[in-house]
Amino acid sequence: MSDEAAAHPINRRGFLRAAGLAGAALPGLATMAAAEAQKPDPLITEVQDWQRYLGDGVDKRPYGVPSKFEKHVVRRDVPWLTASPESSVNFTPLHELEGIITPSGLCFERHHSGVAEINPADHRLMINGLVEQPLVFTMNDIKRMPRVNRICFLECAANSGMEWRGAQLNGCQFTHGMVHNVMYTGVALKTLLDEAGLKPKARWLMLEGADAAGMNRSLPIEKALNDVILAFAMNGEALRPEQGYPLRAVIPGWEGNLWVKWLRRIEAGDQPWQTREETSKYTDLLADGRSRRYTFIMDAKSVVTNPSPQAPLKVKGRNVLSGLAWSGRGTIKRVDVSIDGGQNWQTARIDGPVLDKSLTRFYVDFDWNGQEMMIQSRAMDSSGYVQPTKEELRKVRGVNSIYHNNGIQTWLVRSNGETENVEIG
Amino acid sequence: MSRLAKLQVAAGLAAVAIIAGLSLAPAQQNAAHDAAKLSSTKTSPKLGLGRPALPEEINAWDIDVRADGQGLPVGKGTVKQGDEIFQAQCAACHGEFGQGNGRWPALAGGIGTLKADRPDKTVGSFWPDASTVFDYIRRAMPYGNAQSLSADEVYALTAYLLSMNDVIKDENFELNEKNFTSLKLPNADAFYDDDRETAEKKFWVKEPCMKNCRSAPKVIGRAISIDVTPDSKSGPKVD
Repeated sequence: MSDEAAAHPINRRGFLRAAGLAGAALPGLATMAAAEAQKPDPLITEVQDWQRYLGDGVDKRPYGVPSKFEKHVVRRDVPWLTASPESSVNFTPLHELEGIITPSGLCFERHHSGVAEINPADHRLMINGLVEQPLVFTMNDIKRMPRVNRICFLECAANSGMEWRGAQLNGCQFTHGMVHNVMYTGVALKTLLDEAGLKPKARWLMLEGADAAGMNRSLPIEKALNDVILAFAMNGEALRPEQGYPLRAVIPGWEGNLWVKWLRRIEAGDQPWQTREETSKYTDLLADGRSRRYTFIMDAKSVVTNPSPQAPLKVKGRNVLSGLAWSGRGTIKRVDVSIDGGQNWQTARIDGPVLDKSLTRFYVDFDWNGQEMMIQSRAMDSSGYVQPTKEELRKVRGVNSIYHNNGIQTWLVRSNGETENVEIG
Repeated sequence: MSRLAKLQVAAGLAAVAIIAGLSLAPAQQNAAHDAAKLSSTKTSPKLGLGRPALPEEINAWDIDVRADGQGLPVGKGTVKQGDEIFQAQCAACHGEFGQGNGRWPALAGGIGTLKADRPDKTVGSFWPDASTVFDYIRRAMPYGNAQSLSADEVYALTAYLLSMNDVIKDENFELNEKNFTSLKLPNADAFYDDDRETAEKKFWVKEPCMKNCRSAPKVIGRAISIDVTPDSKSGPKVD
């Protein structure tokens, strides 16, 4: 037994035992690996170009981009989803990413009137309404305020929304890719509100964007004063234009639509505004014809990113199951994984930072002998919430609520390693 | 120097004076020292950043309209006037009667479909408040030429849309800031605040099942049989 297997006996054995497949086919795979090494590898025995010739100098890449061999790792869109690409969404390639931080250039986009291109010198933020002194801030003003840093996920309320009626899109990029997780730097919204001085009657804020959609949403004052950030940086550098450059709202744990980009104005009031984005949209129609409104929190959710339809299993033997879990209600406490469609579960290994309202990475290191698997993951958070199945959600909500689908995903791994998005019953 | 610029300079100087004043007051110095020692966010001392927003600036940007009518501008428009504006500015996407062309949103119809298998959610069938029609048109429509309509035009368009949805019956009806809040949409009372923590209490489970939790599952739906996933060639080009 290798040192690695000895270090994780539970993962290696328990995962297979759960499905009654312990020990299958392992010795044979070890011999195969030895056979491959019998012929000398020309990549080792012959001098390669990159070993002989000079590569690019330090003056060639003032702002680096990924290797040309990673060109497939891109955001993708689904043209049939929306009437126009300027009011649309694309998807983070979750199946190609690791750890918990999403590279800025791969963070999914959701715009309502395209990307506003704003010179930060021309950007203004106004605070008005029920305040002692309505104020106007420049970006320079905001950058002179005490700063805060935090890592948290942004998930579109409609993430997985196409899957309410069953399996539709074949890949976790499309079923779960309206999420990203970055480190934001900015100022606490409370700092700005204190400058203007909230009047006692102020119970709600309205956030409004500077783009042509003038996106506006109502935000309860308790949340605004608790942990909302106005961010000017993500992952250490200025926000990307498509993420709201030069200023956006960060509303940890709450649906992405509230995270107003290109933020130009905050108005304080004594009641919510009932804007289009909290009436026509981002309300959840239930089976009885009534609708939930102000469903702000994103519940605990998880997905196995590898294997998945865009990342099939390629070899038998040792493999890594990798996935993401997150909750708008707190930290991820545990993730369970099943390979038999939810009959039996084992607890996955969480690795890396476990942060409040942040993506969290989990793994199961396992041996695969080519058997068919129905892979699922189930997240539990610090509030005690356990990620439900899609069927359990549908029993409460029906199939027309569009938003907040955090049901358990099933991937069918076929014996050839190809992996499919399936619905099981 | 323009009047606006002069005012900005004056406001900026006033802010500087306030900061200077604070830094000279011994009590404030102690407070600042304590704050630095403990936490600069514990108390709420003013930083003196930003400058007062001028009434003209607030008027220019504060265009939102709330459900209770707060924010409605002075103005008026009839259903008939709205029809003309709608045909010229809106019908290309939304259809002559707000029924929606192609994939563009339908704005009328669908009343009584919310319990149906495929609900038709429009202003008339789904939206709770007429104010949202006014607010959204005023800030975001026409798509690609936002904030190009006058207050009168937005009143007229709102009247036309509510007429298409049978909320307003008389095509000579004139909508204005005074009678606006008397309008009530059919689905106004069908929304309630998030109740997941009670309605979905069963998802808070102390010990979820680990062994023999269900019968052997069967595949009942496959994304590949629907076949609507974009292939790898449809992503954005990266060069």
